[in-house]
Amino acid sequence: MTASRRSWLTGLSAAAAAALVSACDRIAGDPGVRAGLRSAERLNLGLHRVLFDRRTLAREYPEAAISADFPANGSTNPSDLDYRALAEGGFAAYRLVVDGLVDRPLSLDLAALRALPARSQVTRHDCVEGWSAIARWSGARLAPLLAQAGLKPEARYLVFHCFDTLDPEAGEQGRYYESIDLVDALHPQTLLAYAMNGAPLGIAHGAPVRLRVERQLGYKHAKYVRRIEVVADFSHISGGRGGFWEDRGYEWYAGI
Amino acid sequence: MRLAHVLIAAAVLLLLPSGLQIFNAHPTLYTGETSARERAWLQIGSRERGESLTGYLRLGGREIETTGVLGWSGPAGEREKRAFPAWATLPGYQSLATGRNWHLAAAWLLSLGLGVYLAVGLASGRLAAVLVPTREMLRPRAALADLVGHLTLRFPPAEQGYNLLQRLTYLAVVAVALPLVIISGLAMSPAVHAAAPWTGDLFGGRQSARSAHFLGAVALALFFLLHMVMLVLHQPLRRVRLMTFGRGKDRS
Repeated sequence: MTASRRSWLTGLSAAAAAALVSACDRIAGDPGVRAGLRSAERLNLGLHRVLFDRRTLAREYPEAAISADFPANGSTNPSDLDYRALAEGGFAAYRLVVDGLVDRPLSLDLAALRALPARSQVTRHDCVEGWSAIARWSGARLAPLLAQAGLKPEARYLVFHCFDTLDPEAGEQGRYYESIDLVDALHPQTLLAYAMNGAPLGIAHGAPVRLRVERQLGYKHAKYVRRIEVVADFSHISGGRGGFWEDRGYEWYAGI
Repeated sequence: MRLAHVLIAAAVLLLLPSGLQIFNAHPTLYTGETSARERAWLQIGSRERGESLTGYLRLGGREIETTGVLGWSGPAGEREKRAFPAWATLPGYQSLATGRNWHLAAAWLLSLGLGVYLAVGLASGRLAAVLVPTREMLRPRAALADLVGHLTLRFPPAEQGYNLLQRLTYLAVVAVALPLVIISGLAMSPAVHAAAPWTGDLFGGRQSARSAHFLGAVALALFFLLHMVMLVLHQPLRRVRLMTFGRGKDRS
């Protein structure tokens, strides 16, 4: 084979391979195809709800298992002005708003939050990227707080609105938010955590308050929570898929 | 069972590259429950060396330079920091979300395929007849002859059924490797782990399960390559016909 023919063949096969790869990528990334693939997510959620006791606790670990180094992902120091102002005041002016489909909307400061029925648990945090770390989380149990607000019969989801803008280029849709259903909201380990490893929650980990929803991956555990909105449906909120990462293709049910 | 074989093959061909895409999101493997740095045993990454970047694979205490393939790869001028290169991942571009969509859907395909394969195979007695080595095969002389035959690339004809090495390999795949990747995959799910903590304990923690999942996948990838090489080496057309249409008499 002559050198020119060889290089021509190499070029041709490289081009064919590139065309094949880009065709595969087009199919792999097609929104319709991906929506179809995510029917596996509904299957997983349905199966988990049927097979597993809804109140099964995630494993709790001994104090000795706590990780020396707990990574912080997503926003680690929000630059949003309202958040900066709160942080500079030591979160004295912080109010957690609970509204939407509730009988009695609430606005709680940190002292009121700390006075609610609390729980402390040493659990494992599993990031969607693949890493895991263990910490002690202490906070207000969500179920008694929701009982205080009184859920209306049509309430189905809780939407957690956060202070941090994780994607500034996306404008309003770049703000972090998350949502969970009532099964997870009323689970005994679901907390509004204000302390980590015995100290007030640090800014990197979501100060002053973050969600703990054990049994799901890290991105569900919204940090910097400012408002809990109780809704019947979240399709009208931001990208419509129930969370910042969900709007970017991740599963809403992050139990896997 | 032939249909189940197709399902399993299709699932594995989707799971391997989408799994590498997921691996790329955190290209380090550990032992134990958590990802403590001192318990890392495998890492793929890149670092600056003078003006340029180099890719590396660190295994235990040893480090191998892997520029162009692992850690730092892609066409000249468009090189990217990524553990596994674009040609090995699904999708080719970097997207953990898309990789997960494919991986979690294909995992259903695999579970379904393997479930049907094992259920039908066990109920009909076909697995025992076709995959479990016979007593004659296990006699030292016969076993040695089979091994020598493979090493010298002289294989018995396809119509004689599976030989000893084939049976042991296929048995290891359907009874060990595939169940292993499924269980270690489930162990990584926080919801499954809450309901069935034994899935994690079986491996010695979530990060050990993740390591086992990766090693199981590597074993399956090697099996697949060998499986294809053997097919091409020996009576490929006849074997594909047997695989697709069966042996005529006992269609199942």
